[in-house]
Amino acid sequence: MRTWKLPGFWIPLALVFAWGLIILIMGQDTARETAFTLMMFVAMASSLNILLGYTGYVSFGHIVFFGLGGYFGFFLLSQHDWNLFLAAIAGGALSAVLAGLLGMAVLRLRGAYFALATIGINEAARAFVSNFEPFGGATGLFVNFAAYERYGGAGKALWLTFILLWVATLAVVLVSFLVKHSRFGLGLMAIREDEDAAMVMGVKAPRAKTITFTISAFFPGVIGTLYFFKNGNVEPGDAFQLHMSIESLVMVMLGGQGLVLGPMVGAVTYQGLRGYLLTSPIFKDLHLAVAGVFLLLIILFVPAGAVGWVRGRFPRVRRFLE
Amino acid sequence: MMLQVTGVSKRFGGLQALTDVSFELAEGKIMGLIGPNGAGKTTLFNVVNGVFEPEEGKVIFRGEDITGLPSYEVARRGMARAHQVVRPLHELTVRENVMVGACYGREGLSLSAAAVRADEALSQVGLIERGHMLAGSLNVAQKKRLEMARALAARPYLILLDEVLAGLNPSEIDAILDTIRGIRGQGITILMIEHVMQAVMNVSDRVLVLDYGVLIAEGLPQEVVDNPQVIEAYLGDPEMTARLLGE
Repeated sequence: MRTWKLPGFWIPLALVFAWGLIILIMGQDTARETAFTLMMFVAMASSLNILLGYTGYVSFGHIVFFGLGGYFGFFLLSQHDWNLFLAAIAGGALSAVLAGLLGMAVLRLRGAYFALATIGINEAARAFVSNFEPFGGATGLFVNFAAYERYGGAGKALWLTFILLWVATLAVVLVSFLVKHSRFGLGLMAIREDEDAAMVMGVKAPRAKTITFTISAFFPGVIGTLYFFKNGNVEPGDAFQLHMSIESLVMVMLGGQGLVLGPMVGAVTYQGLRGYLLTSPIFKDLHLAVAGVFLLLIILFVPAGAVGWVRGRFPRVRRFLE
Repeated sequence: MMLQVTGVSKRFGGLQALTDVSFELAEGKIMGLIGPNGAGKTTLFNVVNGVFEPEEGKVIFRGEDITGLPSYEVARRGMARAHQVVRPLHELTVRENVMVGACYGREGLSLSAAAVRADEALSQVGLIERGHMLAGSLNVAQKKRLEMARALAARPYLILLDEVLAGLNPSEIDAILDTIRGIRGQGITILMIEHVMQAVMNVSDRVLVLDYGVLIAEGLPQEVVDNPQVIEAYLGDPEMTARLLGE
């Protein structure tokens, strides 16, 4: 398995790399802001795919790791003057540890029960943070404007945040690919297809699922820290939006679960669609309803997602679309 | 001794699925396990390979007490299983299915070594041409072979075959019986559940008979068929009795 020789390995990485580079060369603030949002969703969907696509466990709690990790990272950099890079890593680490602990408990559940438990976790996390004084309770936290000075002013700080997000996105894509093409990944896909049969073949399912949940939760924590730093503040309502979890699921399903390119295509398509819906006079209040209908249609008619459908239809392009 | 089961009992709520089952299986032998439908044969397999934990009794595998160990721990110690209801990993290719067995079986091979091993196992069961196909697209007979290939790729000491002949036509049965003899030829011990009597009688060194969760006979194939208790157990099933008596 020479993964680095597969074209499907380089294409997603090259796309994200080129994308970030173009934004850097253009140097426009508006282009950067648009790219930041889009890239954030690419990374969120890709990290969710590591759990959803490879093990088949549907989590509505992905945003919890974005919220809690982001809160923790933001707390460190705003209250304790941590450097942005280290704070983001710490945010990711906290999310990963939490996922490991939660995973040991909730990953015993399967199917709908697991999905329901993850919704509960989201609400519990929001309630906890709203009442947790060190995190500012219901009003949240703000970053002191002086904090931007160490990065050479607010303008430069925002560019730095974008670059870090770009690196994080490249890392998610790389990790997605490496997991998929490893012995570990083969075990995960066996779990996805038939967990009991996989265990009879020797796959240590409880451990493998927990590790996967941990990997999948690390990235949202990093991204959350970067996102809140860019915004300059964090509050419970922003950090734990259940609809963002659902939208991430739609993105993964739309593009194709279990494929590295799938969530990327799904995130870009969905964000494009959402941008249109939010500005259209008819649909502007209905964009979540449209997302729900979309999810239903995908599950009913194109369960493999867009990239999966192309792969199934044209076997020749398979090695390019991993 | 490859496998020693002593005093195993298993209940599901009010249903006593297994009662005080004890037997021993020597290395390199083929043991047939027969009994009417619902006698607890598959449950016994599930207890032996760790899918269920028995309420009482012990399972000793190659001298080690494995009672209550999860199924993946049992698999890694060298016990593989082919299921009665075939359970292919549909969205993976046939080859990848078998690689799972090789990667996570007794030897825990790396991916590249597992790919080589998978091809060997697929050749052995005669599925090598279908290696690139999705497992979900195989027919029943091929899926049964896939189950066996997955089990073989793990290089187990003991293999549990759960009705691998059910639903196959006579020529397919002959082909799989050859494969089973080939497996024993490799030095792998076999415990097999089977309804096709002619097959059990042909390949088994010894036969166990379960009825309502109780082991009612154990012995050479011919001894077992002549055992009046066994004949009585099958009387509830006239067709099976006729077949049993006819042979």
